[in-house]
Amino acid sequence: MNFNTPSGMSRRHFMQHLAGASALTGGALALGHTLNLHANELKKNRKAAILLWMGGGPSTIDLWDLKPGASTGGSFKPISTAGEMQICEHLPMIAQQMDKLSIVRNMSTREADHTRGTYYMHTGHVPDPNIEHPSYGSLIAHQLMDQRPELEIPPFISVGGGAEGPGYLGMAWAPFTVDSNGQVRNLDMGIEQARMQQRVEALRRLESRFISSNRGLAVEEHAKVIGKTLNLMTSKQMEAFKVNLEAQEVRERYGENNFGRGCLMARRLVEVGVPFVEVSLGGWDNHQNIFTTLENNLLPTLDRAMSALVEDLAQRGMLQDTAIIWMGEFGRTPRINGNAGRDHWARSWSVVAGGAGLKPGIAVGQTNEDGTQIEGTSYSSEDLLATVCRGLGISLETTFTSRSGRPMKIAHGGKVISELLS
Amino acid sequence: MTCVRGFQQTSCRRFLLDFAAILCVFAVVSSAGGALVAQEPVSGGQTQRINELIAQTWADYSLTPSAAATDGEWCRRVYLDLVGRIPSVEELQAYTNDKTPSKRERLVQELLYGERYTGEYARNWTTLWTNLLIGRTGGTQNDSLISRPGMQKYLRDSFARNKAYHQLVTELVTANGRVAPGSEDFNGAANFLIEKVNEEQAAQATAATTKLFLGLQVQCTQCHNHPFNDWKQQKYWEMNAFFRQVRAFRGATELESPQLADQDFTGESGNPDEADLFYELRNGLLKVAYPVFVDGTEIPRSGYVNVVNRRAELAKLMVGSPYFAKTAVNRMWSHFLGYGFTKPVDDLGPHNIPSHPELLDYLADEFVKSGYDLKKLASWIVLSRPYGLSSQRSSNNEKDDPMLGGPPRFSHFYLRQMTAEQLYESLLIASQAGRPSGSYEQQEELKSRWLQQFSTAFGNDEGGEGTVFNGTIPQILMMFNGEMIRAATSGEAGTIIDELATNTKLKDPQKVERLYLAGLARQPSKDELKTAQELLTARWGDVRQMLRDQWWIILNSGEFIFNF
Repeated sequence: MNFNTPSGMSRRHFMQHLAGASALTGGALALGHTLNLHANELKKNRKAAILLWMGGGPSTIDLWDLKPGASTGGSFKPISTAGEMQICEHLPMIAQQMDKLSIVRNMSTREADHTRGTYYMHTGHVPDPNIEHPSYGSLIAHQLMDQRPELEIPPFISVGGGAEGPGYLGMAWAPFTVDSNGQVRNLDMGIEQARMQQRVEALRRLESRFISSNRGLAVEEHAKVIGKTLNLMTSKQMEAFKVNLEAQEVRERYGENNFGRGCLMARRLVEVGVPFVEVSLGGWDNHQNIFTTLENNLLPTLDRAMSALVEDLAQRGMLQDTAIIWMGEFGRTPRINGNAGRDHWARSWSVVAGGAGLKPGIAVGQTNEDGTQIEGTSYSSEDLLATVCRGLGISLETTFTSRSGRPMKIAHGGKVISELLS
Repeated sequence: MTCVRGFQQTSCRRFLLDFAAILCVFAVVSSAGGALVAQEPVSGGQTQRINELIAQTWADYSLTPSAAATDGEWCRRVYLDLVGRIPSVEELQAYTNDKTPSKRERLVQELLYGERYTGEYARNWTTLWTNLLIGRTGGTQNDSLISRPGMQKYLRDSFARNKAYHQLVTELVTANGRVAPGSEDFNGAANFLIEKVNEEQAAQATAATTKLFLGLQVQCTQCHNHPFNDWKQQKYWEMNAFFRQVRAFRGATELESPQLADQDFTGESGNPDEADLFYELRNGLLKVAYPVFVDGTEIPRSGYVNVVNRRAELAKLMVGSPYFAKTAVNRMWSHFLGYGFTKPVDDLGPHNIPSHPELLDYLADEFVKSGYDLKKLASWIVLSRPYGLSSQRSSNNEKDDPMLGGPPRFSHFYLRQMTAEQLYESLLIASQAGRPSGSYEQQEELKSRWLQQFSTAFGNDEGGEGTVFNGTIPQILMMFNGEMIRAATSGEAGTIIDELATNTKLKDPQKVERLYLAGLARQPSKDELKTAQELLTARWGDVRQMLRDQWWIILNSGEFIFNF
């Protein structure tokens, strides 16, 4: 047994040999080549999704479902859009793109607590102390991975944090969280390739030994994540994180801020084949001074980045295969509090969805004249998730097995938002 | 058969290397060994009772407990859990070479009460409680009212003196004063509430206090009745009424410390003698609330602090509540055993039946009788049989895995990853990289800066935050290539690598052995020594370079990062 390793120690290799304490053999490179042959074929019709996560609970009554004239309505005015609906006057660039997106104005949920709401909207399940459910990113990445065997970087990227985890799918499907500056820390080991491979091989032996001592899943997952890390460290696809490679004018179009860079990064990541990217824009928990915060800060940021992203995806012909979801954990009260703010409100609020074949340019559902109630049908987190899955070609009959052996249906039995799938 | 005693016997370790068949033999031999029983603590009826009640559930669910952990595993575990780091080679060997039957008691005694460990014990529990009370990001943002050093100073003093738990909590809940050390009227305890009282009528103060100290999750009932039990919105607002006599103030200048202060509450309808508040039901109706404790005990309604000090009354009611001691015990148990008697650990509400109700009640009673003595509680638990079990599972207890959703039965030790703080402290010890110079505060500041790379605050009104030190890629990248690991494996003067490389007395395999002891608290196997030999060849016989590789490998193994 020796350390004569072929170059390109990969995750597949690391994983292949974890099971037994076998000696090192060749073959990793050859495997890579065969896979590349299929890659181009598979690239066609490759589905992906981008979730724009508005942490804190965005005031959808001020963005997507305005109530001018109502006492609950606030000070913003509606403007016309390229689609069939009106939206907030402070989102003029998004308004131009609304022929490509739709608003769901009849979301009604029950979780008005940040932690619970965030979990619920990300997973389609309310928190349960006995089981952790996979979030959008984990389960969509899991489902779409077969379409991109060439992908060397993680299939679920979270820009700016705040994403929920992989639940029972295991740590290998956890979000890879990065800053929007595109600098992934600690990529360089600072030693030559051959020596690194020798270290990795010896580490693999240590991991195998510990795994075989039967101490539970977490041990195996540690090794799996090491494999994923190795894959990424040597991958050219890491270039996708480098938003600074984009022309100055492109970066300015998205906005020179975290969310702008995050959206630009999302586009680059989807282009190299990442099936799921979540970009977070926080600061929506506006219990005070909501209108000045929205007008001066949040809405201009959102307007630039989201409109640029939609426009670019459409222009590149990617929007038909890439779902875009805009949402937070809940909406905000159709009532302005004593501090000129709005509080948490889950009963009647909006999300935005588009791409991946979802019907564009319409507003689904409606709330009453002061926004306090939904009129007619309402939709839930499960329904939205089911709709996105359907758009991405993921069967709603897909069933996972939880760690305890419980069958778990994707999207938790949600019914699709039929208006978006006609 | 000598395998049972574990650590020193190389023959034992070879079992681990091989195959499942041999593992079975190992398990049988271990559980049949009588030597373990002799190590059972003779003192402490509480420990005995823990053992009985836990063994009862093993019988009830037909589970065979795993064999006892090896000496090395147990020693590593107890250092990590009590003082927040793995043992040094010297500490480990002092323990494994001790042949007296009461060696476990002695080590626990030493870690809890020995003068040598007072500082580290206090630091460890300060870290744990700081993260509970103000989160990992509390006080790290520029505009924060919290003084993290102030919180830590208060906790450190408290844990170094083993302050009774009920006194600690009373001080946290009733604190007034300035939060930053060095200011006149400094009271570090005020950091707990300083950022939780001003916004949304003290919603965070209400939720955090009831959750942390009573194990009751009232936050959902702020807006609607509880989804799992019959608590009504009313209960939330009645608890919330206790936090209406307190206000946080920014310093007049940037240099002046923020301050938490009592303030008369005039009531929302303007009558301070009957100081009321109003809340809105989901149907839009307004309802009134006054301070009423969760068990229904009312206190006088005056809003004048000198007539009724609501926070002081709350503290008394909390300490008197049966939930109070149970919550403390449950959290401590969970710290040591990996899971509490309830999931989540801070939800003891009526809908959440504990896995071991009798044991929880018993330990809570004993904790009260001890005068809320946290060190005693810790010693009862770490000397117990379930705490001392191996994390190696057998076919007779594999199904006892709370990750699968069921309640924990503690028939084997549940391994878990070190925290980022444990890793930091362990790396300093194991690599002998040397603690950075400077005062305690400066050292903590350095650590805090390192830790910040992992945490993000979500910026919402629940103080939510996330960490990437959770077994995902950023953590692995940090362990592969991060600054600390580079420093640890650099071989700079004074580090373990340098010391071993320049040591002329030890042979190469002994040097490798030192690294295994320092990182994994065990000897290398024959195969592992062979791997080291291969590395040496690959490094053209340069021992220093081989040791650097070997140390990197050990630090990156699951065996290192897990507390198992």
